[in-house]
Amino acid sequence: MEILETALMQRALIAAVLVGVIAPAVGIYLVQRRQALMGDGIGHVAMTGVGLGFLLSTSPVWMATAVAIVGSIAMELIRAYGRTRGDIALAMLFYGGMAGGVLLINLSPTGSNANLSSYLFGSLSTVSEADLDAIWVLAALVVLVTVGLRRQLFAVSQDEEFARVTGLPVRALNLLVAVTAAVTVTVAMRVVGLLLVSALMVVPVAAAQQITRSFAVTFVTAVVIGTAVTLAGTVTSYYQDVPPGATIVLLAIGVFLVLTVLATPLARRRARASRSAEGGDPVAEGPVEGPVGSPGPESPPVPAMRGPSDEATARRELAE
Amino acid sequence: MATTHTGRAESAGREADDVPRTAPDTGSTPPPAPTVLSLRGATATLGSRPVLRGIDLSLRRGEVVALLGANGSGKSTAVRSVIGQVPLTGGEVTLFGTPLRRFRDWSRVGYVPQRTTAASGVPATVREVVASGRLSRTGLLRWPTRADRAAVQRVIELVGLADRAKDAVGALSGGQHQRVLIARALAAEPELLIMDEPMAGVDLASQEILAATLREQVTAGTTVLLVLHELGPLEPLIDRAVVLREGRVMHDGPPPKAVGQHAPAGDEPGHPASQGHLANQGCHPHAAGEPLRTGLLT
Repeated sequence: MEILETALMQRALIAAVLVGVIAPAVGIYLVQRRQALMGDGIGHVAMTGVGLGFLLSTSPVWMATAVAIVGSIAMELIRAYGRTRGDIALAMLFYGGMAGGVLLINLSPTGSNANLSSYLFGSLSTVSEADLDAIWVLAALVVLVTVGLRRQLFAVSQDEEFARVTGLPVRALNLLVAVTAAVTVTVAMRVVGLLLVSALMVVPVAAAQQITRSFAVTFVTAVVIGTAVTLAGTVTSYYQDVPPGATIVLLAIGVFLVLTVLATPLARRRARASRSAEGGDPVAEGPVEGPVGSPGPESPPVPAMRGPSDEATARRELAE
Repeated sequence: MATTHTGRAESAGREADDVPRTAPDTGSTPPPAPTVLSLRGATATLGSRPVLRGIDLSLRRGEVVALLGANGSGKSTAVRSVIGQVPLTGGEVTLFGTPLRRFRDWSRVGYVPQRTTAASGVPATVREVVASGRLSRTGLLRWPTRADRAAVQRVIELVGLADRAKDAVGALSGGQHQRVLIARALAAEPELLIMDEPMAGVDLASQEILAATLREQVTAGTTVLLVLHELGPLEPLIDRAVVLREGRVMHDGPPPKAVGQHAPAGDEPGHPASQGHLANQGCHPHAAGEPLRTGLLT
């Protein structure tokens, strides 16, 4: 195949596939704890790292990794300890990171907005041999964490309070997810760019869960989708001369739409099957949308035993 | 009024504490069971509002204790402080004789949170959620063994969800969902089970299964602390009821009988009738009595 003949394209394809594997592998835990936009936030913060790299004439990639890790730890700590104004604090971090990046890169002698754009939107064609070595090492670390600790990370992301009562080191595991996400963002920066990196972490997971019922299957399906779209996007960009990052993200969204359409009859069949499996259950039960605890059609025929109360409100505030 | 209640509750607490020192002298009675959980003078605030104003509570092994009270009385905060989710501003918690700060043996404790949390952003099956309860035994690095998988299967069968083990928890009814959370807590085979409103919003069929599951655990010797809004179908299981009001213990003794009968009238949260009702429980004639086992399990 012509595409595999140049070393440049070989490196681009390998980098794309590695990112296709690790982005959904981390993203699934972020989606599970409803932090789908955290990848976006880390991407913004990493901009400052890129700018700093240009200003200090060191490698922008390693500088971005360092700053993204610091930023992700800060975000996790704000999430864990920040009470009511946590979202504002996160917003400050996101925009501050972005603005800092633009400012620093313009202050540096070598940097310009043109350099910035290759980090914002990806530049697969500039992946060097040394970059690829770094990507291999970082990707291996991410896979080790997300697969090796999947049970623990699942428990922590599923129900943090319960995980703490099982004695798991919840804070350490949360920080590990944050750092792993930061590493993934900076690896994926070369492929899809900082502005689109979050899409590759979230969209394959969202697409996979249209047709899955279990976490394990969602994980595998998301990684397969991620790999398929990064590979297809890179090949398409080679033949059609379109930007790879944007192509990859649009392909992923296409997969999401196709699976959503396919999933509708599947969900209906499963609902029928589960209704018939229930048999004598006096309550009519279908799949419910959203959190199961929300009041909805599943409300049982017993009187509501809880209502909105000061205690519940106070507890929610504390939980946030 | 309030001071009398507190005084009464404290005297009840002291009597319970005196039991182990006097009991061994009489040869006929068995030695008292060790204390599994104790809260002493616990105070806590949420925001700036004091929620617990000095709570004493202790559970001996095998006891089934219901924590009752109106919304806002501090019962959920009390159990959440026991598992370290709400920091105490004063007093202390011990689990199995170890101060909470140094307690590490979490596989001995099973916790069922208020039903809100098990549906997350990614689908997960009943088995996956229940298996996460086993992590207190497998820990951070040990791989799950055949015994771990068997334990998970056993508790799924125990709550009657074997045929739904591969279904997503998001597709379950409220009652089935609650059964998943209880199975998750039981997966580690705990000695102490702490449940926060296990019957809230649960259909009748599931209530019966839950009561049967709990009965089985209690028969096997598990200690249980339940937060309840009303005794309901669990009433025969309960040895002792502790009624909280405004962060203080109003009653510590046999479950007040009237609650079960009049419960529907007082169900509306914040209803004046329910407030008055709980105040009456504080003045219950048995309030100062020793904890009694109702012995309805066998």
